[in-house]
Amino acid sequence: MNINDIKSTGTKATRDGFGQGLLEAGRQNPNIVGLTADLMESLQMQHFHKEFPERFFQVGIAEANMIGIAAGLATAGKVPFTGTFANFSTGRVYDQIRQSVAYSHKNVKICASHAGLTLGEDGATHQILEDIGMMRMLPGMVVINPCDYHQTKAATIAIAEYHGPVYLRFGRPAWAMFTENLPFEIGKALLLASGTDVTIFATGHLVWTSIEAAQELAAQGISCEVINIHTIKPLDETAILDSVSKTRAVVVAEEHQRNGGLGDAIANLLVHKLPVPMEYVGVNDSFGESGKPLELLDKYGLGKKDVIWAVKDVLDRKQK
Amino acid sequence: MSDFSKLKELSIQVRRDIVRMVYNCQSGHPGGSLGCTEFFVALYGNVLKHKPKPFKMDGKGQDMFFLSNGHISPVWYSVLARTGYFEPKELATFRKINSRLQGHPATHEGLPGIRIASGSLGQGMSAAIGAALAKRMDGDPRWVFALTGDGELDEGQCWEAIMFAAHHKVDNLVVTVDWNGQQIDGSTEQVMSLGNLPAKWKSFGWDVLVLEKGNDLDAVIAMLRKAKRRCGKGKPVVILMKTEMGYGIDFMQGTHKWHGKAPNQEQYESAMAQLGTTSLGDF
Repeated sequence: MNINDIKSTGTKATRDGFGQGLLEAGRQNPNIVGLTADLMESLQMQHFHKEFPERFFQVGIAEANMIGIAAGLATAGKVPFTGTFANFSTGRVYDQIRQSVAYSHKNVKICASHAGLTLGEDGATHQILEDIGMMRMLPGMVVINPCDYHQTKAATIAIAEYHGPVYLRFGRPAWAMFTENLPFEIGKALLLASGTDVTIFATGHLVWTSIEAAQELAAQGISCEVINIHTIKPLDETAILDSVSKTRAVVVAEEHQRNGGLGDAIANLLVHKLPVPMEYVGVNDSFGESGKPLELLDKYGLGKKDVIWAVKDVLDRKQK
Repeated sequence: MSDFSKLKELSIQVRRDIVRMVYNCQSGHPGGSLGCTEFFVALYGNVLKHKPKPFKMDGKGQDMFFLSNGHISPVWYSVLARTGYFEPKELATFRKINSRLQGHPATHEGLPGIRIASGSLGQGMSAAIGAALAKRMDGDPRWVFALTGDGELDEGQCWEAIMFAAHHKVDNLVVTVDWNGQQIDGSTEQVMSLGNLPAKWKSFGWDVLVLEKGNDLDAVIAMLRKAKRRCGKGKPVVILMKTEMGYGIDFMQGTHKWHGKAPNQEQYESAMAQLGTTSLGDF
């Protein structure tokens, strides 16, 4: 697809996609169970709760217990989906996830909303930017960060079919939608636009930002290949190496610390298999703060302009 | 030999297994294991409806057990082996490289009988509640049992689980607390007082049973059976089971010092002599 053919069809929050996906998955599989730690509507789980009240558990503000109960439900054959903010889904319960879910290989779906800076006004206490790193370090954990409403819905339905622990990360704000008719497969990178000068690998909200940047760069005569890496683990190494062997320059964009996220995952692959100039668009070892989502992305170096600068920087290095 | 005599003999053999396992690898946790021997023998030998082979992870149609204080793995491994989950000779591999018998229980190596990893404390009760909820949803009338340490109750997650089980009326669940009054750094009274433990559980909405003689096999069986009868009445059931750490071996008994320590040769020989042999035979 040509970069200029990608259009937004409106805006909706990724968490809305999760809510609809959970409802649909719940209709397909009677073993799916929902749990929340006092954030049912923030996660849009009220639709599932309304239709399947006997398969939904309010745990109260007790995330550690929620993860443990989910592990027990999974042991006995259920497919539990836990729902709370990304901060409380990971850092707060890392040891519970590590021992009771990951090490024990339980079929638990840890569904995490309000990830990253775009949480906005609540500020840094809630804006987790380390969660992808923590989750991808756990052996056997699948880590998915979908980019819009449709992809989040598709990912939610897909993880219900997959057997094993999954971390599904999404966000709070209404965001551009553009993947309605595109496929979703766990572990399969999604080529959004072909290009020749540089590959932009993007995940989550930064996919749309990267598309907008690539469209502006196209007008300046720079051809960007834009690939959506929704599944950070397992990483689609083949797709990444195929693209990079063609463009030989890489920018990675994500709403996460540069440390430990998708950028590090790709750098780790490329340093072994195909070292090329590479730039990160991500938060540079800093906490966030209160503000509006777009203001925050701009201030912390995650805006459209930052993707454009990163592309130009990496092309300079490629030409040297 | 009556069933009770057989269980009595089994508890002697389990104690031998515990000491031999810990002595063999010079590491592990004999104190709590010895203290909970009657509990495990009663549970697996008399109370649980369970099918060791083939082991079914989901436990459908069976009673399920979750060990939260995973460091007392020696007693669990011994009882699992002696009740048919795997061959007793495998106990010789405890805590050694390439073994299914990890220092703390794990599912990772596929040891039959283990349903979830434990060792990092405070997590087992939550898992047991999850399994109990699944049974309730499935209309499975069997019970879920769990064991937790008393020192372990320092963990906040335990109290999250205790609140949840009462609020959601998880009444197919029997939790037992190994109330030995000891933890690593000393007595629970010194380290972190548990206060009025029965009153605490009661105020959280549980049906509370106190077992004064947790090292009396007959009393443990009777109490576990009583606990089952108390299920199904809208409240989760807890047994506060007083035990003596290191019970059965004079120099290990009643002190926290044998929480996580292996005996030397002289101590090992003394322990074996004190326990005596059984017709079951050592691994």
